[in-house]
Amino acid sequence: MSHSPGSYYLPDPSKWPITGSIGLFSLLLGFMLLLNEGSAGPWLMIFGAAVLIFMMAGWFGTVARESEGGMYNTHVGLSFRMSMMWFIFSEVMFFAGFFGALFYTRQLAVPWLAETDLLWPGFAGGWPTAGPAGPVAIGPDIPAGEGEFSTIGPWGLPFWNTVILLSSSVTVTIAHHALKENERGKLIFWLAVTVILGFLFLFFQAAEYYHAYTELGLTLGTGVYGSTFFMLTGFHGAHVTIGAIILLVILIRIIAGHFTPENHFAFEAGAWYWHFVDTVWVGLFIFVYVL
Amino acid sequence: MATAETAHHEHHDHHPTGLMRWVTTTNHKDIGTLYLLFSLLMFMVGGAMAMVIRAELFQPGLQIVDPHFFNQMTTMHALVMIFGAIMPGFVGFANWMLPLMIGAPDMALPRLNNWSFWILPFGFAMLLGSLFTAGGGPAGGWTLYAPLSIQGGMSVDMTIFAVHMLGVSSVLGAINVIVTIFNMRAPGMDLLKMPLFVWTWLITAFLLIAVMPVLAGAVTMLLTDRHFGTAFFDPAGGGDPVLFQHIFWFFGHPEVYILILPAFGILSEIIPTFARKPLFGYVSMVLAVAGIAFLSFIVWAHHMFTVGMPLVGELFFMYSTMLIAIPTGVKIFNWVATMWRGSLTFETPMLFAVSVVFLFTIGGLSGLMLAITPADFQYHDTYFVVAHFHYVLFSGAIMAMMGGAYYWLPKWTGHMYDERLGKWHFWTTAIFFNITFFPQHFLGLAGMPRRIPDYALQFTEFNVISSIGAFGLGISQILFVYVVYKCIQGGERATQEVWDNPRGLEWTLPSPPPYHTFETPPVIK
Repeated sequence: MSHSPGSYYLPDPSKWPITGSIGLFSLLLGFMLLLNEGSAGPWLMIFGAAVLIFMMAGWFGTVARESEGGMYNTHVGLSFRMSMMWFIFSEVMFFAGFFGALFYTRQLAVPWLAETDLLWPGFAGGWPTAGPAGPVAIGPDIPAGEGEFSTIGPWGLPFWNTVILLSSSVTVTIAHHALKENERGKLIFWLAVTVILGFLFLFFQAAEYYHAYTELGLTLGTGVYGSTFFMLTGFHGAHVTIGAIILLVILIRIIAGHFTPENHFAFEAGAWYWHFVDTVWVGLFIFVYVL
Repeated sequence: MATAETAHHEHHDHHPTGLMRWVTTTNHKDIGTLYLLFSLLMFMVGGAMAMVIRAELFQPGLQIVDPHFFNQMTTMHALVMIFGAIMPGFVGFANWMLPLMIGAPDMALPRLNNWSFWILPFGFAMLLGSLFTAGGGPAGGWTLYAPLSIQGGMSVDMTIFAVHMLGVSSVLGAINVIVTIFNMRAPGMDLLKMPLFVWTWLITAFLLIAVMPVLAGAVTMLLTDRHFGTAFFDPAGGGDPVLFQHIFWFFGHPEVYILILPAFGILSEIIPTFARKPLFGYVSMVLAVAGIAFLSFIVWAHHMFTVGMPLVGELFFMYSTMLIAIPTGVKIFNWVATMWRGSLTFETPMLFAVSVVFLFTIGGLSGLMLAITPADFQYHDTYFVVAHFHYVLFSGAIMAMMGGAYYWLPKWTGHMYDERLGKWHFWTTAIFFNITFFPQHFLGLAGMPRRIPDYALQFTEFNVISSIGAFGLGISQILFVYVVYKCIQGGERATQEVWDNPRGLEWTLPSPPPYHTFETPPVIK
């Protein structure tokens, strides 16, 4: 419909959603073929990913243009804010499933498996464990030999990564205050610092994974410890990557002169997302690394 | 109650026509229609699979399909009906009715609304496509239990990715519903003035956002266990297949209420209209829905009483499950109290609504029987369970949707449906439904297991009756498709109010409502 100023903005018909569906379908079908030795798999995945990136650039670009064109009133802005909040809640529940798997395994499944001598006599249980048929756990950060694996202690890289990520939550908040006070230089500086800290975290995380795979004998296939460790930290890392890219795009938009002290939903959404990945990390640090 | 903005603005600004209109639309009425038609299509597809199942079970022995295909049919029938027929059907009602009921110009996020729908056909292309791969479709049951699903072929991967796509669709749709309800209400439409259908959808959307991601996590673990060497469900690596059941049913039980709460909402709209009385106990209805939603998070393991849980777990989940009878009983009581001394008439929507109150209660009571842990050891995985959940899902969710369709079809299309054929559809559906599923209670109590293509001779009579009922039930639904088609094509003009002085903003609009409604919000006094 056409837009009359002041009323709730209703967009015209859009081709971006169907583009997204085609991209998502191609990506997943390609992945499925790849897993089942279909030769077209990788190509279909690349095509699907490209279409999805095209869709996101086009869709978000349209929204950014509409926003900068002053077509959204505060009512529309509130819809965006609420939907971002509920989207983050859905992400929280996604992680809750994996945390639940970790707690169930540690507190119930492994002790029960150790108690029952029927299936795996002699399995002692305990945590960390790669299960009765997996390699034996040795102390943290010790290079593992044949049939052994070592965990990653919390007070080395993970501790510094915690410091980095918590600091980045502070810097993004400083940037937000600078935006509200319309101090653009300060805003750009602190947001850039946030993005750099985010990528620094990812770099250290990659280094930690490399260390785990090459020296500690800890891989995704290292029984249930490796499964929970890599799936939790891996999905967290994927979310940090998404969050860092969001903040990077916001930074570019700020340099291009977007956003006002009153009107900056995209910045807030990115910042909320960043606090969310930060909070998940605190949970990970406590339950995966320390305890 | 309200003065509605009924002025009709025609907009002629570069809107695509033909197929592209439906592909690119951002209009809640268009998208609602798409959801409803998609749901009807999937209902027929899933129904055809049920016909295969009942044809095979018409006689003992193996005669029509081989057991592997039979297993694919039971698996796919459930997935198609749950994710293809019921969930999109209710989202269709939500799309059409929420903006009309709360006086909003559209859903809060119209482009996202389009995407929520248009993921679905692709998701089902993935799911149904798996039937045509080497080795056939998924055959391990819709619950995808490990370790069977870990051993399956590529169809399991297709199912996993289809579930991911349907999950994305549901979560995005649910976000849209919540934001629409919280942010798009007309001035004066306080939360406790909202029609109950809006309330039930608000809470359903919350459940969707809370549990669909958990299902996504569960099937992701399946995928990595299948292909990337993780050991979540493998005891050799310290995992546990029972973990899958816990995560699945943490999703699965709230999912059950996702399938029924909007049906409660539809009943709460229909019954007051045809009883010509306001809904009895409005606030207690809202609280009951909220209570059911809360309880749904702490009852999941009643689906797995026989898996070998500690006694304290069995007891906790037994008692928490029984608690659900309280808020559900409140709802049943309130519907009956609404009808009490009302000026009742029995048009097709009311026939469906009353029969849902009656038949859903039967399903609720068999649910209480199943909640008794020691009794469940006998009933588990028998036809008693099949009868139970068809009484709540078919004569609950599906028949409530049919009642809702008859109730609002005149509003949507501007034409009255054929009342005589509608009544025929109701009576054939209600009678054949009971012929199909009531005998299954006896089969289950006598020990006939579900999901098996053959059975012992003593189960023959009840299975013959059940199959005859199922064929009748299937044929009756073709009548439904015809009635809907005929109503879209034409018929007696519907008035603005359609029924006798119904409550709600949607009845202040013309039938059919203009393409854009409530562009200037109505004021509710």
